Amino acid sequence: MAIPSSQEIIEDLEFFDDWEQRYQYIIDLGKHLPAMDDNLKTEDRLVRGCQSNVWLETQEKDGKLHFEVASDAIIVNGLLALVMAAYNDKSPQDILAFDIDGYFQALDLERHISPTRGNGLRAIVGKIQGLAKHH
Amino acid sequence: MSLDVLALRQQFPILAQQVDGKPLVYLDNAATTQKPQAMIDALVNFYTQCNANVHRGAHYLSDEATRRYERARDTVAGFIHASAREEVIWTSGTTEGINIVAHGMSKRLKTGEEVLVTEMEHHADLVTWQQACLQSGATLKVAPILDNGALDIAAFETLLNERTKMVALPHVSNALGTLNPIKEIAAMAKAKGALVLIDGAQGVAHGQVNVQDIGCDFYAFSGHKLFGPTGIGVLWGRKAVLEDWPVWQTGGEMISKVTYECSTWGALPNRLEAGTPNIAGAIGMAAAIAWFQSLDLAAVQSHEKQLLAHATEQAMAFEGLRLVGTAPDKIGVMSFILEGSHPADVGFILDKQGVAIRTGDHCAQPLMRRLGVPGTARASLSIYNTLEEVDMLFKALKKAQMMLA
Repeated sequence: MAIPSSQEIIEDLEFFDDWEQRYQYIIDLGKHLPAMDDNLKTEDRLVRGCQSNVWLETQEKDGKLHFEVASDAIIVNGLLALVMAAYNDKSPQDILAFDIDGYFQALDLERHISPTRGNGLRAIVGKIQGLAKHH
Repeated sequence: MSLDVLALRQQFPILAQQVDGKPLVYLDNAATTQKPQAMIDALVNFYTQCNANVHRGAHYLSDEATRRYERARDTVAGFIHASAREEVIWTSGTTEGINIVAHGMSKRLKTGEEVLVTEMEHHADLVTWQQACLQSGATLKVAPILDNGALDIAAFETLLNERTKMVALPHVSNALGTLNPIKEIAAMAKAKGALVLIDGAQGVAHGQVNVQDIGCDFYAFSGHKLFGPTGIGVLWGRKAVLEDWPVWQTGGEMISKVTYECSTWGALPNRLEAGTPNIAGAIGMAAAIAWFQSLDLAAVQSHEKQLLAHATEQAMAFEGLRLVGTAPDKIGVMSFILEGSHPADVGFILDKQGVAIRTGDHCAQPLMRRLGVPGTARASLSIYNTLEEVDMLFKALKKAQMMLA
């Protein structure tokens, strides 16, 4: 499956009534996150979390920001897929206008994007917003 | 006599909680233990009835606060069998205790001298000694572990020599649960003339610690891993060593005489305790210790042993689970990986089932590298855990394995 849009994800997740289905969906999203070339997994692209690592590569195409992301943990990959649905191939303006906290709240996953979780997700979101801002 | 674990659990209000509608199974005790009502009451009682600054006020409340605060020091001194109450220095926790010792040593170490630590060091001990060596020109030596996570005693002995001025190691490894033979190691190190620091963060909550019997010079530990509050800990140091230890922080309380040109330092313990201390924390920590001491410690130890044995037995029978750290002497910790799964993923799925563990590098990155794992999942046990909770862990792990396959 291709990564759905953020609106589709919200609707998909609303459909499930237990946590197992929700997490299985996130795991599946993680499995379908386009793989990052191992050569790109370098120190300067690394956002180190104390529980899992995340790599971020950015390119600009036609005024839009294109990202490649990867984590060593599958659920973090799934959560990254959620972030990509919101941010990937969007203009800096669209990225900054997107309410990421509201989105994760709507998905009932706000606990995972809180700064207290050492999974690197918050740091990635911060990095992407920073890139968009300084564009 | 066996421990009445259910009655014990009643004293920990937080354990009755539910997480996402499921009973909380708290197996992150190596990170911090939960708090008994007696400790919580001591904190509330202090702030309700006798809050005042200590050693300063010319009034009733200050006298009462000082009395309780200094009595807390006596409780700790008795608990660890210190030979004098001045040997008990209040700190913010184990990390600060180690830093006080390392800061002092960094002023005394010379080029060519050595500090010996182990491969199972927590960053609090490793990074602190690494920096003390970088500042002083001394060399950091690292004693290896065996593949099962036990210290390689023969290799340790080889690394010990007349240049070794400091030996620092954990009582119990936070990442693997390995119980180190600290008495034997202290004797070996003392024979070469080195000072010995034991990082007691994980060792102190599992039985009686007798610092004189261990034969070390320093023993550092935290209140919050011993059923007490966060932000308080103790550095125990041998009086003869601490008496002229380089001062750590300067300020009020720790001085004797001050002029604009210079100052002289006070006596122990105050010379290493600048500023207003964590008064409530010290009183809370003493209340936790008193509560802990009221238990039948032999029964506590036998219960913990039974929990770990039960967990290990199930782990060995669990297809696809690999134990990390299988030293013959272990306390309270089961570190593992599920083959093919990242520990963080395992932690996520366990969390959704109410099971609280820690995943990651456990503040021991070089140790994880040595073991060839990105990190582990760690279930750590305490006295209020039950055999049923261990079973729930494995049931939750089965689900994690299925979902992540």
